[in-house]
Formats: sequence, C-alpha cells, structure tokens
Amino acid sequence: MDRMPAWADAILVPLISLILAAALSALVIIGIGEDPIAAVKLMVAGSLGSTYGWGYTLYYATNFIFTGLAVAVAFHARMFNIGGEGQATLGGLGVALACLYIPWPHWSLAILAACGMAALFGAAWAFLPAYLQAKRGSHIVITTIMFNFIAAALLNYVLVNVLRPEGSMDPATARFPDAAKLPTLHELLAPLGIEFSRAAPANVSLVIAILACIFVYLLIWRTKLGYQIRALGHSEPAARYAGISPVKITIIAMLISGGLAGLMAINNVMGEAERLVLNAVEGAGFIGIAVALMGRNHPLGVFFAAILFGFLYQGGAELALWTSIPRELIVVIQALVILFTGALDNMVRMPLERLFLTFRRKGS
Amino acid sequence: MAQELDTGRQATAAPAIELKGISKAFGPVQANKDISIRVMPGTIHGIIGENGAGKSTLMSILYGFYKADAGEVFINGRKTEIPDSQAAIAAGIGMVFQHFKLVQNFTVLENVILGAEDGRLLRPSLAKARGVLKQLAEEYELNVDPDALIQDLSVGHQQRVEILKALYRQADILILDEPTGVLTPAEADHLFRILDNLRREGKTIILITHKLREIMDITDTVSVMRRGEMTATVKTEGTSPEELAELMVGRKVLLRVEKKAGNPGEKVLEVEGLTVTDEAGVVRLKGIDLHVRAGEILGIAGVSGNGQSQLLQVLGGICAATGMVRVNGASIDLSGKYSDGQSRRARGIGHVPEDRQQEGLIMDFAAWENIAFGYHNDPRFGAGIFMSHAEMMADTEGKMSRFDVRPPNPRLAAKNFSGGNQQKIVVAREIERNPDLLLIGQPTRGVDIGAIEFIHEQIVRLRDEGKAILLVSVELDEIMSLSDRVAVMFDGQIMGERLPHETDERELGLLMAGIQGEPDKPVIEAVDEMMARKQAEEEAAHNG
Repeated sequence: MDRMPAWADAILVPLISLILAAALSALVIIGIGEDPIAAVKLMVAGSLGSTYGWGYTLYYATNFIFTGLAVAVAFHARMFNIGGEGQATLGGLGVALACLYIPWPHWSLAILAACGMAALFGAAWAFLPAYLQAKRGSHIVITTIMFNFIAAALLNYVLVNVLRPEGSMDPATARFPDAAKLPTLHELLAPLGIEFSRAAPANVSLVIAILACIFVYLLIWRTKLGYQIRALGHSEPAARYAGISPVKITIIAMLISGGLAGLMAINNVMGEAERLVLNAVEGAGFIGIAVALMGRNHPLGVFFAAILFGFLYQGGAELALWTSIPRELIVVIQALVILFTGALDNMVRMPLERLFLTFRRKGS
Repeated sequence: MAQELDTGRQATAAPAIELKGISKAFGPVQANKDISIRVMPGTIHGIIGENGAGKSTLMSILYGFYKADAGEVFINGRKTEIPDSQAAIAAGIGMVFQHFKLVQNFTVLENVILGAEDGRLLRPSLAKARGVLKQLAEEYELNVDPDALIQDLSVGHQQRVEILKALYRQADILILDEPTGVLTPAEADHLFRILDNLRREGKTIILITHKLREIMDITDTVSVMRRGEMTATVKTEGTSPEELAELMVGRKVLLRVEKKAGNPGEKVLEVEGLTVTDEAGVVRLKGIDLHVRAGEILGIAGVSGNGQSQLLQVLGGICAATGMVRVNGASIDLSGKYSDGQSRRARGIGHVPEDRQQEGLIMDFAAWENIAFGYHNDPRFGAGIFMSHAEMMADTEGKMSRFDVRPPNPRLAAKNFSGGNQQKIVVAREIERNPDLLLIGQPTRGVDIGAIEFIHEQIVRLRDEGKAILLVSVELDEIMSLSDRVAVMFDGQIMGERLPHETDERELGLLMAGIQGEPDKPVIEAVDEMMARKQAEEEAAHNG
C-alpha cells in the first residue's frame, strides 16, 4: 500500500480544505472590517439554529443533490456535463406542463407525473449534446454550456408567448392547482409529532432526492449499465475491446444525467414556487459541479456536499440580511470553498499523503 | 572537434562510471537498494533484469532524473553530483531512450543541435553540426541524411539520430534503454555494429535490455538486477543465458518452450482478402489471406506497425474491414455495424489484446471487476440488470489461484499488479472461457521471465486441447518457439509463410523487412529502400 487510508481520503482531505477556505474567508471578512466569529455564529444560527433555517438549508440542498448527481453520473463516463442549468430549466417546463394541464386528484399522483416529465424534459435537453459528442466528437462542455443559453431563451419565449396567463404582466405561468401542491416538511413531520417550521420551503422532494442518491449508487456500482459507464469513463479503447459501444453508453449516461438535473424542478418549481418563473434554477446547475467535485462523484459525498452548500447558501443569505457584509462576499466565500475543495485538492492531499507515509514507516 | 572526439578515450585506469551504494525508495517501495557497479572505459556493460527490477530507476539516477536517497556517483574517478540531465550531459553521459525524443518535423541536423546551439544564429551551428555528423558517420557507420525530416526516417534511423545527438554533445558514456525493442533483426545487427565501433573508439556503453541473447552477443560484463538489488556482476564470457535467467528470476527457468508436435484439425479461422483503411485514408491491411486450424498456433511475425494490430482488431470486433472472415465455417460480419467485441465473444473468439493497460484491463478497476470485463453481460455474473459481485469475486479467486496471480487479492486494483500478473489476469479471463479461437497479441510484452514461461505453457496447453490460436508478437524468439506455422507481415501484407524448423531468423528478418527472394542484396540497403518506398506510398495515400 502506497496510499493513505480511505477515511483520510474521503473525510480528512475535504475537511482540511474546508478549514483552509474558512480561514481565508475569515481574513477577507476582517479585511472589510467585520468580525468573522460573529459572522460564523450568524451563519450557523441562521441556517442550522432553527427549523426555519434548516428548512431553507435542506431546500437548497435538495436542488444541489439533483444537479450534483447529474454531474457525477456524467463524470463516471468521463463527461463534463455543465449543462445542468439548462436541463433543470427544461425540467421546470416539463413540471409546469404536467401540473397545469392535467387535473390531478392528489399530490402523490401529480408528483409521479411531474417526476416523469421533469426527467424526460431534462434528458431530452441533454440528448442533442450527447449525440453530437458521441457521433461527431463535438465537445460536451462547449455544447452543454451553449444549451444553457438556448434553454434560458426558450423558457423566456415560452413564458412570455405561450404559458403566460391572459392579462398577466409577469413572464410566469399561472399558479399550479392546489391538488399539485407538495407537502412541506412541516406537513410531513407533524404526524410524527415533530414540530417543523411552517414557512420553510423544504418539501417532500428531499425524499425523492435521497431516493435518487440510492438510485445512482445502485446504477453506478451494482448494475451492468453502471459497469459499462465506468469502464468507458476509464478507457475508451478498453471499452471498444470489450464490445461496449462508446456511442450508446455516452448517450445513455448523458440522458440519465440530464434526467437527474431535470428532476430538480420538482423541488424548486413544484415544491417552492408552485408556478414556473424565469431563471427558476438560479445557478443550482453550476453549484452541482462543485457539489459533485467535493463529493467525489459518490452519492453519499454528493449528499453531504449538497448540505454544506445549502448551509452556505442559507447562511450567506442571513449574513446579507443582518450585517453589512455584502451579498457579493458570500459568493466569494462560496468560490473559496469550491477552489479549495475542488481545484486545490492536491495541495492538501500530497502533504497529507507524505505525512501518513512517514508515520507508517516509523511504525514499521 | 574531431580531435576532441578522438581523445575521448581515457588513458587512466579509473572506471568510467562507478556507483557506490545507490539507494532509492518511492514511498515504501525500495526501487534501488545499495547498488554498486564499476564500468571500465571502452567496454559495453549490460544491465539485465525483470520488469520492475530497478534498471530504469538506476539509469534515471545516473542521468539526473531522480535524486538518490543515498550513494555516490563517480565519473572517470571523480565524484560527481548529477542533479539534472544538463549536469549529466556536462559529465559526458548521453542517453538513448526507448521512446525517442525527437521533433518529428525538424531535420536530422536541426534535431542534433536542438538545445546545443552556439549563439543566437542557427547557421553557424548547423554548418558545424554538418561537419561533425559527416565525421561521425564515417567513423561509426552512423549514416543518416542530415537534411531528412525525422518523420520520413525509419525507426532504426531515428535511433541513430538519438545516438548522434549524444555524440554531438561529446558523450563518452552512452546509456541505451531497450534499444532493440522497435528494430528488425537487421537493424538490430547494424546497431550492434555501431556499438562495437563506439567501443573500439573508447566509448563506454551501458545497455539495458531484457533479451539474454543481446547480452551474450555484445557485452563485456553484465550486471543482473532483481527486486531493486544487484544480484551479480559477471564477465559475459564466463556466463550462460541459463545462468543469467536463473540470477534474474531467482530459480531455474526453461528458456525454450517444451511442446509436442502439433495435431492440426479443421480450419477454425479462414481469412480472405481482408482489407482495412484507417481514418487517415492509409491502407493498413492490403488483402490478407490466412487460416488457422484447430490445435495449431499460427504466429504472425513482423516489426510493429505493419498491420498486425489492425488484424487483431478486425478479428476482435474493434474495427471494421472489408473481405471475408469465417469462424468454424460461418462468415462473420465485418462492417462494424452489427458486430462488436460482444458478438465476437459469442462466436467463441477470445482476445488477449496487445496492450493490456489500454485495452485488456481497466487499470482503476479491482481484479474482480476486470475478471468480468468483456463478459459483463454473461448471465453467470448476474441475471437481469444487476451484477453479482459475489459470483465475480468467487470466479476471480479461482482464476487467481489457478493462474498463480500474485498477490492473490481480488480487491487490488489492476494497476497495482506487476505487468506479468496483469497479463495473467487477462490470459486467465480469456483462456478459461474456452474459446475456439484465441487471438493473442504480444502475450509477454513487459512481462517478467517467470510469468513468460507460465503464459507460454498456457498457450501451448490450449493448443493441445484442440483450439486455434493466432499469435502476434514482435519478439521473433517467441514466434519461433511457440508457433506451428509462421506468417510474416510487412506493410499490411503477408510476405510469406514458413515452418519454424525450416527457417531461421535471417530469412524471417528479410521477410519482415519486406524482401522476398533477393538474398544477395546487402540487408541494410534493402531495408532502407523498402522503408523509403513505404513512406512514399503513405504520403501518396495522405495526399490522395
């Protein structure tokens, strides 16, 4: 063995990266004349100190779980799907169509249909970039990012010209019918005797997100399809040798990835806004990249990374609300976390690895 | 300049190179352990050892790529620090790598002066280099057209440019790392003549190789390395290949494959007019005809890059072709649309690919995951959409014990096994499927001697069970000792078929160079001529 133990790799490295990012962020906060300790207290209290705070943290986390899983699945086939934003936008369109035009008797049926439509629309939006990559070699990073813009423009057109209710000045759909309203965590937990904030947007989609994590785990590590996806991701010549079609697997992996990104819409569109508005995704597609990076493309890692980013989002909003620390600085802190956990991974890993080796040699 | 080259010979009796107590560890792996050698000036010293024995690490220390953890280097009796390759060059050391470091679209002359220009203007340096090259060519039979582009030269000529580069930098000590791996036998002979001339002029040469025959042919002294240690240094005259092999592996090794006479049966594989054109429009296979019978090993000899890879790929379902291929009498689809590795396996074709690290294995997968590679849809490894990890694990454990894979740990990632053990995993996977036809490419490339012996036994055993085997190898020794019939490929064509006991390396070598029935012609000229013709054809194909 010439490497450090798995627990150090999975937990210690991101933890140290986080601490470094936090330390640097503290310096920045000191630099603008604020108190970093007070800022941290406020962030923690605002995002984890109450069920209201948790409700927002988990709401954001649910978005990031879906987009993070989307990036992770594509990455196992060695594709960088940065089109989560556009795929989630289209997912929202699918959800809106399912909720607006079919009179559902109960939310449980509505969510099934909404899931199906969200995944279908998200996957459809990923299909063309996937096809172009597989057949024509057009780089998926370029095509998916272009498709983000096309998705935004398409949504704009559809909202303004097709789905906007008559007489409304707002480029948004009508409110979804009450039967399509998803139960919030407040409603879900009340029968269990747990008091949860009524105002927080976290809803039953969180359960779907957790199911999606389990689905991705089973897909990637237990199924024949996942085996082929990983094999292709590691080596295309090897995949060809084994009779795994790179074209087929590339497209399938991207469809699954796009479907997962699209699923995000059941949380933000159906669960929270209860109508489709412009820019409903709010950058969650891009945060998904950081989440997957930090979570090492493993569903469990994605889950925890998503909660961390949910905390940063909600805590950041609280900071902006209660202190004179501007909103932009919150983005700086998030960027630092991404930089340290993603891009500067080896900066922490290499010294740590050496440290472990020295200890082991002394021990033996 | 010429005088300096001539006085390269050292009059003193100090060794040209002396290493004392060199140690180097990578993490917990001790790559070199307390190694000491002395190489006298004007001699050729061989370093032989299995893969991973530490030969390359030792030479990398000498050339300044790695820093030794302990130990000293003496050049011509003086203690010398070699922190980088610049220092190595300054100390008179030149290195010829296995993979050449030449700029393809520069001329020979430009490559030779690259990094050794005098002043800002190129013209004086080029003029000087031209003179030096002319001199070196006469002295050592190192003829290369100084104005030719590297990309137009044969591999043998490119290697000469590497040697010229080192000599131009006034190297007195030349290190050659596996220099004959890419050469035809004739080119290798020429290389050895050059090395002989260099030795006569007082240069010191270190030859790293795994081929015992080369060691016996040309070296004065030889050091054997095993697991990071230098197990012996002996005079070549006083040793034998058997003794060296034993020193390398640490036990007695059979150098020849023991096999009974074959008993060929029905034709299992029939190939007619097989033609492949690659994406660049170059015709890689030009109408191949061959067949392999049950219970027979057909060896395909040839210098690498003459279409052998494409032949294996077509038969293995990796690339499309035109022509006719029949397996057990039934023709198989070559269009590539409805055929792939999966359908080939279903037809009873096993395939040990030429490059196990790029193709045969997923290096990051554990051994147990690799055991199902290519056969992942087999219901045995799980019905429905899920894979049965327990079944794969059990299968891996069985194969590991039957094929003596070490360490027998199914959870270890493929990349953490040695080359020989990686190959055993691939061979076990393909052979135990009991294929009617086994395609096997470079079965022992980068494989240690102990594992070579084992893999050869397995191939012969499969033949004796009545299976057809198509063997592609660039190692002529391997082809000669394993094959029941030998076909030689050159430039996408079969140049001829021979029976191993009715031919010799010289005849096969000529065929490998594309020469039929002109035995009177000096070999090296014929090779050059052929290479030039091949080059022109490829250019024509590119332009057309």
